[in-house]
Amino acid sequence: MRAFLPAYELETPRDLAAAVSRMASEPGVWRAFAGGTDLMVLLEAGKLPHKKFLNIWDLAELRGIAVSSEYVTLGALTTYAEVRRHEILAREFPLLCRAAAETGSVATQNRGTLGGNIANASPAADSPPALLIYDAEIEIVSAGGARWVPYTSFHTGYKKMNLQAGELIRSIRLARSRGAWKQYFRKVGTRRAQAISKICFAGAGRVEAGRIAEVRIAMGSVAPTVLRAVRAEELLLGQRPEDAAVLLAAQDALGAEIAPIDDMRSTGRYRRNVARNLLAEFLEVLAS
Amino acid sequence: MPEGAPKIRLSCVVNGTSVTCEAYPMARLLDVLREELNLTGTKEGCGEGECGACAIEMDGTLVNSCLVPALQAQGAKIRTIEGVACGGSLHAVQQAFITHGGAQCGICTPGMILAAVNLLARFPQPSDAQIRDGLSGNLCRCTGYMKIFESVVAAVRDTETRA
Repeated sequence: MRAFLPAYELETPRDLAAAVSRMASEPGVWRAFAGGTDLMVLLEAGKLPHKKFLNIWDLAELRGIAVSSEYVTLGALTTYAEVRRHEILAREFPLLCRAAAETGSVATQNRGTLGGNIANASPAADSPPALLIYDAEIEIVSAGGARWVPYTSFHTGYKKMNLQAGELIRSIRLARSRGAWKQYFRKVGTRRAQAISKICFAGAGRVEAGRIAEVRIAMGSVAPTVLRAVRAEELLLGQRPEDAAVLLAAQDALGAEIAPIDDMRSTGRYRRNVARNLLAEFLEVLAS
Repeated sequence: MPEGAPKIRLSCVVNGTSVTCEAYPMARLLDVLREELNLTGTKEGCGEGECGACAIEMDGTLVNSCLVPALQAQGAKIRTIEGVACGGSLHAVQQAFITHGGAQCGICTPGMILAAVNLLARFPQPSDAQIRDGLSGNLCRCTGYMKIFESVVAAVRDTETRA
């Protein structure tokens, strides 16, 4: 059933200060509305229970990609299209660009935002695994000020996150200095374009003298939240990436860390098998 | 309704003409175009941003109008399929769709043409991969896509020949 439109309020605040002050004056009443690629779908399906939204789409304080010697800082309203065509991101954070390129279509990429992808808190979102790999930090603002939190601890459960009523994601920053990684990204969906992930796998690492010196693995659609496969990572450290016994042990460790379910897009069993296979493919990339 | 939003006065430029109408702030731009402005060239397919039938250009970027609330179109420059032809002459993409059988039932055609026109504005000499990427958000259940792909290739070639 379609939504009853007169019940929905959407107001445009003058600036960021006005937005957070409005959110503080009536805690929990006003929520952010950005590119609408998630919320409008719920609205049309009659499944958008929240009724009052602040249109943050035009807030200049939440836009733009700033580059310093230490960080690339992306405004929360940075769209997938902007991520895709940014040269420094393409060079230094290719997993994020791959995720952006494989999220939705051109039209979705023009409207969908990184902040929205995070705040929508879907475990099937595609940019979060890349953000986990890069140790992203998130700047959260409210009428009381701003705070930075590591993205690693941001999602606390299915659709739950470390964001209070009255708080808004302002920006996401990625530290630039790190070793020369080999990086791997693979999204598995029903078709190449426009699909929501059955599973999304991002990996990065470095091999020194034949042994894995650094390794990070992050996945989407395999648990209530996106996650880092820390036990598999620990097991791989110091090992040879082409060692078949190591692969098997790491696959088992990874299998114990994830909890994929059967849903409309896939089955837990399929996701579990694919997760193991993608780990094998990632190790081949590391070994190459 | 004791609570809720009154209609807003929405002013924007559609196909080069300033228009004003009334709409609920959360009304879909798709419905505003079709029902308030009588521009029924823009089609509704899935209504959830998957099929691209309702694609239009807003301030030069391709968007699915079913996912844009009316309030966010305030002051925007919008182009729909009705604004693609220039006077009496069709856009090269439109002509190519006719010549090469890029349209069959026609429901996906307005969105498909907007996606193609927008692609050519960004990449005047697109590679095959760029054409596929540019059209990947538009579903067609008639053509099997190859005739659409070939129409875009032909439009690029025809534009070059004329230039």
